[in-house]
Amino acid sequence: MKILLKNVNVIDPSGNIEGTKDILIEDGTISEIENSLGSIPVDETFNFSGKYVSPGFYDMHVHLREPGREDEETVVTGSNAAAAGGFTGIACMPNTDPAIDSAEVINLINQKAAGHLVDVNPIGAVTLGRKGETLAPMAELVEAGAVAFSDDGVAVKTAAILRNALEYSQMYNKPVIEHCEDESLAGGSMNEGITSTMLGLPPVPSVAEDLTVMRDILMVEYTGGRVHIAHISTKNAVELVRQAKKKGLNITAEVTPHHFTLTEEQLKSFDTNFKMNPPLRSQSDVKAIIEGLKDGTIDCIASDHAPHSPEEKDMEFTLAPNGIIGLETQLGLALTELVHKGHISLKQMVEKFAVNPRKILNLPVPRIKKGEKANLTIFDPDEVWTVDISKFKSKSKNSPFDKRLLTGKSVAVINNYKMFYKDEFFEI
Amino acid sequence: MSLSSKHLLGLYGVPKEDIQTILDTATTFREVLERPIKKVPTLQGKTVVNLFYESSTRTRISFELAQKRLSADTVNFSKAGSSTSKGETFKDTVKNIEAMKIDMIVVRHSSAGVPHYLTKITNANIINAGDGRHEHPTQALLDMYSIREKMGKLEGLKICIVGDIAHSRVALSNIFGLKTMGAEVSVCGPATMIPKGIEKLGVNVLHDIDKAIAGHDVLNVLRIQLERAAGSSIPSLREYHNFFGITAERIENNNKDILILHPGPINRGVELSSDVADGPYQVILDQVTNGVAIRMAVLYLLGTMN
Repeated sequence: MKILLKNVNVIDPSGNIEGTKDILIEDGTISEIENSLGSIPVDETFNFSGKYVSPGFYDMHVHLREPGREDEETVVTGSNAAAAGGFTGIACMPNTDPAIDSAEVINLINQKAAGHLVDVNPIGAVTLGRKGETLAPMAELVEAGAVAFSDDGVAVKTAAILRNALEYSQMYNKPVIEHCEDESLAGGSMNEGITSTMLGLPPVPSVAEDLTVMRDILMVEYTGGRVHIAHISTKNAVELVRQAKKKGLNITAEVTPHHFTLTEEQLKSFDTNFKMNPPLRSQSDVKAIIEGLKDGTIDCIASDHAPHSPEEKDMEFTLAPNGIIGLETQLGLALTELVHKGHISLKQMVEKFAVNPRKILNLPVPRIKKGEKANLTIFDPDEVWTVDISKFKSKSKNSPFDKRLLTGKSVAVINNYKMFYKDEFFEI
Repeated sequence: MSLSSKHLLGLYGVPKEDIQTILDTATTFREVLERPIKKVPTLQGKTVVNLFYESSTRTRISFELAQKRLSADTVNFSKAGSSTSKGETFKDTVKNIEAMKIDMIVVRHSSAGVPHYLTKITNANIINAGDGRHEHPTQALLDMYSIREKMGKLEGLKICIVGDIAHSRVALSNIFGLKTMGAEVSVCGPATMIPKGIEKLGVNVLHDIDKAIAGHDVLNVLRIQLERAAGSSIPSLREYHNFFGITAERIENNNKDILILHPGPINRGVELSSDVADGPYQVILDQVTNGVAIRMAVLYLLGTMN
């Protein structure tokens, strides 16, 4: 099958093709890129004038609820949500039930993901059952396809286990992804400060995150291992990562759209869709995060897509679980809050969505180049739309961004010889 | 006289006129409580549910008596712990109760924000009887009523709240209400019991109990939660009493005109010595009586709004 993408603006940070092009894709592979390919007979032509095409976006922090809570999300529904949000690849976190701490669970996820447009790469647990006691069979997990390790939901429990995990994972050049939070200070429902004081909600101090970031940086320095800081959310943590990078340490970091968009002020509504961990922080933290995104301290943007059933979120605030879904809103939020406000360029955004996450996970970065398999995201940075949770592909609807006006949206994604466009998947 | 909201969720943002209205209305009901027949037909035909998800003796009895004295029909629902531990969700419980055609819900819950949540899932008038460490508005109203009764005013008074401010819903409601009424508010307690950023609410922070007694017209002394505090936020109850406990000696040395309030239940020998708890400076039992009048006023004002 031949399809032609006409008049589309190319952004490929790792390539040298720029400007408005026509791209011919034959049987899922890029066969021509020219200023104009007018007279070629094709099966379908898409006029993408005013739209942008980039290497397919990758979200390295997604919670699929399979196995365990398939009522909230499955590998397939999560992948569908990713495609709808403009993503051609996702890495899924191991806090499933059972946890991803054996080859069998990875095999199950791989089976479920087979044949989908979206690549799904499982992240293995650092410890058995994510309990922080015994190392998971990391070599076996790598062999089965794990791209990283994490006990996400909590930090690796002790410095001793972390040390071993960093030494062991180095053999396979896989990062340990850390949810940085000191256990003894954890357990609150929101960020500590004047707002938590006024709302009477049990607080968790920002220093809980900073302490663990500091511990991990020191441990990376000592072991030579590699740590990726998940969902960075505090001013001090951003500065710690900045200094660690200056020293040349193997530290990378991601931020979620909610942590660069929202603050703790939102909690005043007692709406559980603003309850997440790490919690929403203060305005000065948001400012520091945006600085970190600008200067490259924060390598990538990831959703921390965390589906929860309506009955789990629709309850007393302190009893409700943490987390929100984000796959279908994060591109719009990045464009609205970062690009259109002039904080980062479109090219920087593409680096943070398509290039850096794959580099961190040692995955090949797709290129927009003749002869390459087409792995593309096509988006319209200027489309104004209103978020409507009822239209989400995700099985869960726990988003605080319902009815929010955003500027910028995914138009189509192409990967694995398939295309998703106008709400439909089809073979190309 | 009517209030600007159909609920009493807290005193944050409640206008001065509303607080004034509640206090003035309570004065009328306070008089009813002195009659041989302490009952008025004001809320006849109204049904009030007392939804208590956390144990309470005095607040619940106070609300129940207030309801009975206004001739409302009352139902009590008590459940310790969380609704989610087994079976039915909190929302389903509330929906079931609402389906039995009720008018008002008085709610106490260990989770802050539950009264606000109730306003989203029911149409009943909601009265907060204490949510987590957030607010306990009727307690603060009865405190203000008791202060006004003794001192003749609230505006310009120097009032200090003493104890575990961080875990107290009484403290926060008092701060919001008293500030609105023009009082000058301080808090005094060990640093571990003072919540982050409290000074941004316009209150002074003290750690010296003698200065607190000397420099204020009123002390509102909070209960130290024995089971929670000792060994974590304070080294021991003994140390607390020695450095923050109110004794007759401290009062006599610093300020014999002080008025002492306590929301109860008292820990004798911890936050108050017995000679203070039973002595001439306190109005602890008046507070309890006033509590019924305040709750009658709130129930009446909200229950007759529509």
